[in-house]
Amino acid sequence: MTNYLLKRSAQIFVTLFVFLSLVFFMVNAQPGDVSNFYALNPDIPPESRERLQDMFGVNEPLWKQYLVHIKNTFSGNFGTSFSHYPRSVADVIKERLPRTVVLFMTAAVLSFYLGFALGKIVAWRRGGWFEYGSTVGGVALYTVFTPWFGLMMIWLFAFKAGWLPIGKFLDPVLWRDAPVDANSIFNRMIVTAVVVSIAVLAVFVVTARKRVGRAGLVRAASIGIASLAVVVVWLLSGTAVFAWDIVKHMVLPVLTLTLISFAGTMLLTRSSMLETMREDFVMAARAKGLPERDVRDKHVARNALLPVVTSFIFSLAFAVDGGVITESIFSWPGMGQTLVSAALSEDLPLAVGAFVFVGLFVLVAHLVADILYAFLDPRIRY
Amino acid sequence: MAAKQARITAPTSLWRVRLSLAARSVRENWRLFIGTRIGIIGLAIIGLYALMAAAHPILMSTVWEPSVYDPVVGYAFDEMRQPAPPSTKHLLGTDPLGRDILSQLMFSARSEFLLGMLAATVTVVIGTLVGAAAAYFGGLVDAFLMRLADIMIMMPAISVLIVLSALIGVEHLELALIIGILSGFGGTGVVLKSQALSVVVKPYVEAARTSGGGSMHIIMVHVVPNLLPLSFLYMMFTVTSAIFSEAVLSFLGLLDVRMSWGLMIHTTESAGYLLQVTEFWWLIFPASLSITLLCSSFYLVGRSLDEVVNPRLRSR
Repeated sequence: MTNYLLKRSAQIFVTLFVFLSLVFFMVNAQPGDVSNFYALNPDIPPESRERLQDMFGVNEPLWKQYLVHIKNTFSGNFGTSFSHYPRSVADVIKERLPRTVVLFMTAAVLSFYLGFALGKIVAWRRGGWFEYGSTVGGVALYTVFTPWFGLMMIWLFAFKAGWLPIGKFLDPVLWRDAPVDANSIFNRMIVTAVVVSIAVLAVFVVTARKRVGRAGLVRAASIGIASLAVVVVWLLSGTAVFAWDIVKHMVLPVLTLTLISFAGTMLLTRSSMLETMREDFVMAARAKGLPERDVRDKHVARNALLPVVTSFIFSLAFAVDGGVITESIFSWPGMGQTLVSAALSEDLPLAVGAFVFVGLFVLVAHLVADILYAFLDPRIRY
Repeated sequence: MAAKQARITAPTSLWRVRLSLAARSVRENWRLFIGTRIGIIGLAIIGLYALMAAAHPILMSTVWEPSVYDPVVGYAFDEMRQPAPPSTKHLLGTDPLGRDILSQLMFSARSEFLLGMLAATVTVVIGTLVGAAAAYFGGLVDAFLMRLADIMIMMPAISVLIVLSALIGVEHLELALIIGILSGFGGTGVVLKSQALSVVVKPYVEAARTSGGGSMHIIMVHVVPNLLPLSFLYMMFTVTSAIFSEAVLSFLGLLDVRMSWGLMIHTTESAGYLLQVTEFWWLIFPASLSITLLCSSFYLVGRSLDEVVNPRLRSR
């Protein structure tokens, strides 16, 4: 196992290296250099242009530039953004990355639960109208043109009904006299979410392990207490209005992402359930006279969960990539939107920095998926 | 006499046998394909759009006046205000720049098909060769190609395309090549390799090798033909992703194309009609629905082909 992990990490490191080199050569295959972005301005005298070139190091030989690029990337120094001048690229990314991660984690968890629950039911009632409807609906949502679907959601819930804000991260009017800045509120929200989910997860694990009677009641109570505690703590802190504003802005993108992606989990759960249902232990469970619900949830679903979980982690990596679209539609200031706007405004340092981070995220997710795969499936031993 | 007769007729009858075998397998597969039902829906939608794409040049040269109906530079002089609602002259109305929507829709259908086919062909040619070579040679070739595949799979495709479009001018041809390379060396190559692994251990490959067939000959004549059904399946999925990527990129305004469905929505967005869904429905729905329908039709055809060529899913 350790051996495999070492090998896999080395492989990922090589991949990262190749990836960074590709990025470097893609950028350097362009005519001109970075200083052109400034130097095309006629107000800049030639000596300033030379100083800029010296500053960017573009007169150095290519191999030296390459080494500097690799060194800078590993030390997290991507230079200064053109469109967010004078902020550094690392600073912009540090602000944007959590927003993307939170958005996609929420959507991913929701779509996983929805897809798994629906897939379970669909597999159990084969051939009914429920199966037909949810399969067709799921595939339709799965292949829909995402920008259009996002637009329809905005139009329906934000524009016509007016229940939710149309896009963006927060409402500037509300935040104008805010005593705190958005990032610190958002960070506190992340901390709250993490603490609450760990607490609830702990209750779930304990009730499952100790075989507590009426586990469902205990779990529901724990969720209730946790949400009550969150509300009370935030109300006492006096910044609940601002947190609520961010939450309101999150609802629509999360809903859209969930609807688009739950079908993948649902179809996979269905086929995995159908395969597991043929196993002997299912017949044994039925022969014991267990209620259908228990057979489905405790015997079939648990064994069918494995491929679903691993594919879910793989899909997390690509969610961030595909999320470029959703973020642009909802003007959600995350990594994807940063990448698109940097590409549109030819802000090369920021585009490269954002791109490297998206690539890094995908690589790490792959590593995590590999580890989990080995950890979850006792049949796989490396 | 009888022996001579047999020697003469043998080749022709062999061909006839092969032909009838092929015809039978096509009939059989067609029956399976129809049995899945969703494939037929997909084929019908594809046929509809193919018809539209084919009809456009004919309409342009006969009924439609080029200065009015040209999808890029035309202008509807007969309308007082642009965008004009649907009328008998402009069945789907005009866009904010006074161009006929139906003409744009039909013109773009052709380039979507070309893009999809090109991307799919590049993917499948690369994927089949990579898969066959990795499975046949094994060892170092296999290791190299599979590590390359790892890198390609991990590439965040849409982000790569966005960054590339900022650096170089990306048009349909480049887009098709990039998608083809990413998917051919990546996922498709890996899947085709696993299929090729079961082909290279067959006795006829061994027989070809013992009778002195070269590697190239064996790969081209014995391995690749057996990968074709699966390659065909992956062509369908590549078409879906190519059309989708094109639509997304041109919607974001990152592609240098003259006209496409994504660009039509981009025009709507930059003219500020994006949220007037009911008032200006003809600016948003035709293009968006076309993208969705064509993407999902290729996806549906792919899924039902999967049940035909993938032995694990066959219900027979």
